[in-house]
Amino acid sequence: MTYSAFFTIILTPLVILGLATMLTWVERRLLGLWQDRHGPNRVGPGGMFQAVADGTKILFKQDWIPPFADRGVFILAPVIGMMTGLLPFAVIPVTMGMGIAGDMNVGLLFILGMMGLGVYAVVLAGWASNSKYALLGGMRAAAQMISYEVFMGLSLLGVVMMAGSFSLHDIVAAQAGLWFIIPQCLGFGVFMLAGIAQTHRLPFDLPEGENELGAGFHTEYSGMKLGMFFIAEYAGIVLVSSLVTTLYLGGWRGPFLPPALWFALKAGAMVVFFILLRASLPRPRYDQLMALGWKILLPLSLFNVMATGTILMLRAS
Amino acid sequence: MLGTLRTLFLTALHAFHRRATVQYPEQKPYLPPRYRGRIILSRDPDGAERCVACNLCAVACPVDCISLQKTEADGRWYPEYFRINFSRCIFCGFCEEACPTYAIQLTPDFEMGEYTRPNLVYEKEDLLISGTGKYPDYSFYHVAGIPVPGKARGASERERPPVDLHSLLP
Repeated sequence: MTYSAFFTIILTPLVILGLATMLTWVERRLLGLWQDRHGPNRVGPGGMFQAVADGTKILFKQDWIPPFADRGVFILAPVIGMMTGLLPFAVIPVTMGMGIAGDMNVGLLFILGMMGLGVYAVVLAGWASNSKYALLGGMRAAAQMISYEVFMGLSLLGVVMMAGSFSLHDIVAAQAGLWFIIPQCLGFGVFMLAGIAQTHRLPFDLPEGENELGAGFHTEYSGMKLGMFFIAEYAGIVLVSSLVTTLYLGGWRGPFLPPALWFALKAGAMVVFFILLRASLPRPRYDQLMALGWKILLPLSLFNVMATGTILMLRAS
Repeated sequence: MLGTLRTLFLTALHAFHRRATVQYPEQKPYLPPRYRGRIILSRDPDGAERCVACNLCAVACPVDCISLQKTEADGRWYPEYFRINFSRCIFCGFCEEACPTYAIQLTPDFEMGEYTRPNLVYEKEDLLISGTGKYPDYSFYHVAGIPVPGKARGASERERPPVDLHSLLP
């Protein structure tokens, strides 16, 4: 292992954690902007250090484990959430040379696998909390995330077929002429919806559903364990945004500006879009969510796979 | 689907709207003159205290935060002490409504934060202002029918001189 690789391994999680923490502030400022108010703007320039203040506060909060909880699993759940939230960043190519694992030939599969494992964090948290709201949140999370995972994978198949590789580097390279968002617009739409559902962000935040489930699966959590769920959630936003950037928006490609900046710009725009979704859309009912998934998105993604395959076959012959 | 996109667009447009927040400590909100804030005791146009220590404000007060004691000087009533406990006051304005002389008034000022509770007990010298408050021309003793030093019976505004009963004899 070279010195610089070691440095990258240390630095990347720190950057991701910092980004996830800062995102709480960015989100609150943007929500304020779209709701004709200011949001936190007192601590530091423009309120930037609000995230630091919140982080410090949550670190020093009493970390209470309810006596009725399944102790081991209760502690394990946020760890899984954090781990599966951070690990996929290893294979995300910010630029050609930037990234921990570099060019992993099954990078996309690795990310999908990690996102699949992420369900465990939510389900185990809901189960180990041993209380009804947490359990309801966990159950919803299980159903929602598992069913949306199906066509998340299917929608990505179109990209994989067009690039002919699971390697994220190859996928970005295949977008040299045209970003995949144009030929794969259907897949892009399905992947976006599935990505929101996967990170259980608004409007698909049914596992949390504040106004009906208390706080959903993390009702019983406090202190830094709760903070870890939050950070995992925000890391999930960053992850889905950078995935969309890599898979559909041409990754680091772009004129004039340096590649890393292009990547950051595209991913940042996606993050802002995520927050815009939260600012504007109401939460669907649970059965509506499942119906949207199985009755609309699944056929759409299957059609996308079929159409992409047909066109590629015709073009090849 | 289109509705959803329209919602997104309209929400995004709000980025260009004016923000409704008043950035309070730097930027003060407009408070109307009849805002119910800090309570004061006003004075006559002549500069004398308006309060006649009638105790109606203390009676009207639903939280019993007003305490005063009557005393007499120069043929009229004064409060010997007048004390408002602002840690109890709910700024309902009932005292102002009850006051027959417009002496007690609520003002558009609410910045009364203190670190210790005793500091919130305002004495008469804290409450008295040098002006007339909301009613610049009103002077109770110029209108009321009772005689005070410098004003005989019947010399008030819109008051006829008292009828001399003896002159009515046939």
